[in-house]
Amino acid sequence: MDCENCGERKAKITLTEIENNEMRTLNLCTTCATLKGVSAGGGSAPMADLLAHLGGSTGDTLFDEAGEACEYCGTGAGDFRKSGRLGCPQCYAQFDRQLRALLRRVHGSSQHMGKVYVSTAPDADPEQVRLSTLRRRLERAVEIEDFESAADLRDAIHALTEVP
Amino acid sequence: MTDGAAASPPIGTHGLDWLDEEAPDGDIVISSRVRLARNLQGYSFSAQATGEEREALLEKARAATEAAGVLEAVDFWEVSRLDPVDRLLLLERRLVSKELIGKPETGPRRGSGLALSRTRALGMMVNEEDHLRLQTLRGGFQLVAAWRDLDQLDEEVGARLPYAYHQEFGFLTSCPTNVGTGLRASVFIHLPGLVLTRQIRKVLEGMGQLGVTYRGLYGEGSRIVGNLFQISNQTTLGKTEEDLIDQLERLVGRVIGYEKQARAVLLREAPNVLEDKVWRAYGILCHARSLPFEEMMNLLSGVRLGVSLKLLKSPRVDVISRMMIHAQTAHLARAAGRRLDEADADAFRASYVRRALNGAESN
Repeated sequence: MDCENCGERKAKITLTEIENNEMRTLNLCTTCATLKGVSAGGGSAPMADLLAHLGGSTGDTLFDEAGEACEYCGTGAGDFRKSGRLGCPQCYAQFDRQLRALLRRVHGSSQHMGKVYVSTAPDADPEQVRLSTLRRRLERAVEIEDFESAADLRDAIHALTEVP
Repeated sequence: MTDGAAASPPIGTHGLDWLDEEAPDGDIVISSRVRLARNLQGYSFSAQATGEEREALLEKARAATEAAGVLEAVDFWEVSRLDPVDRLLLLERRLVSKELIGKPETGPRRGSGLALSRTRALGMMVNEEDHLRLQTLRGGFQLVAAWRDLDQLDEEVGARLPYAYHQEFGFLTSCPTNVGTGLRASVFIHLPGLVLTRQIRKVLEGMGQLGVTYRGLYGEGSRIVGNLFQISNQTTLGKTEEDLIDQLERLVGRVIGYEKQARAVLLREAPNVLEDKVWRAYGILCHARSLPFEEMMNLLSGVRLGVSLKLLKSPRVDVISRMMIHAQTAHLARAAGRRLDEADADAFRASYVRRALNGAESN
């Protein structure tokens, strides 16, 4: 059946309205249904929001195609812009600055307020994980001669490894 | 059936227990659902992980769910070992996503799994977009109860498997739209009154400004069928889990109020039109010999409205919810014991619906 509004596209949605004690049924295509406000358009879906942020002018500066890739999984800023998916948990450290800005726009905040998690699982010592992350970041900071960050990272590592 | 499928536990009535529950506001809210996205330290996210890594994750998840007391008895499926009709059965019960079961021509990716309690719709998908998607489904408007069950499962699994967690960003997820709590709560809600009185757009647009989003359910993409909507929280970061649930609950409570007002207006202003619409829907469902799924859903919407407004004595709303599940193609094919083409499925569906309505008290 063709859409009863535009007559061009195929009708996919049956819209029934009641007005002045009269019922009217209209078979509409998705586009015309959207215009009449019955679309399932999803308001603004989080993923669409995210991609809009990534694709916009701000996205261009945040996740530069030519920018560096995650040293753990190799996911690059360009990959993330295309798929909206990060490659591994370490990507959050790799793209820390850009993600913090993105999260503020998508969620209105970058600070987790929910459950606090301390792993008690046998094969994860959170301190070890944190240490190895800090060490990787330190190596990286030295490599790119970001000595200010390197000094902070060294302090942080020292604080964790210091015997009380 | 393949050899692999024979080794999996049968699907049976898994994940349908919520239909038997006392369902608060069940004439308007069909079900409440909460999920948590979790990933494990030391692995790439599922899309990037190698087949071996995905299988290793699957085994870890299997062991963790078998030890989780809140699941009581649990069944675990490796999705690739299920036969294709079983995969679709799970999809029609909304226990797995399209992403988890893969495209019909390729099937699921290696290491895709599903854990499900034998007594309730509580469990997790493994190696979907995130390593773990803990999930639960309850009948009616029961977001808080659903969250409590899921929180307990999360505590038990998180004590055995090391989650990827960041001091500032919270639980890390493949897509930054899920990061933080990883929580997505949703209700599946029937809003014919707001659609018929043309207020739906105003209500849905208003929700968008309050951190809540909506989509249609069933059908391709996410178009609206049967005046059914899925309303869920949009953001996952910057609020506690309880606040997210509470905010959604209050908002849905308001939508239920608007829907009731709209129904009252219809009953007052257009009683004859409304009654005619309800009885026509009931009549067609009782007598049709061929019923496409979407037509059935639209007619069931009229019947659900009629029952809710006491214009019809039967069927009960839980019977309607059950029909919405069992009249989907894979469920019909399973009952028929063979593959059904579209025309066959429409005829089987009409026959199933007639029997279901005849089984209910007559009007």
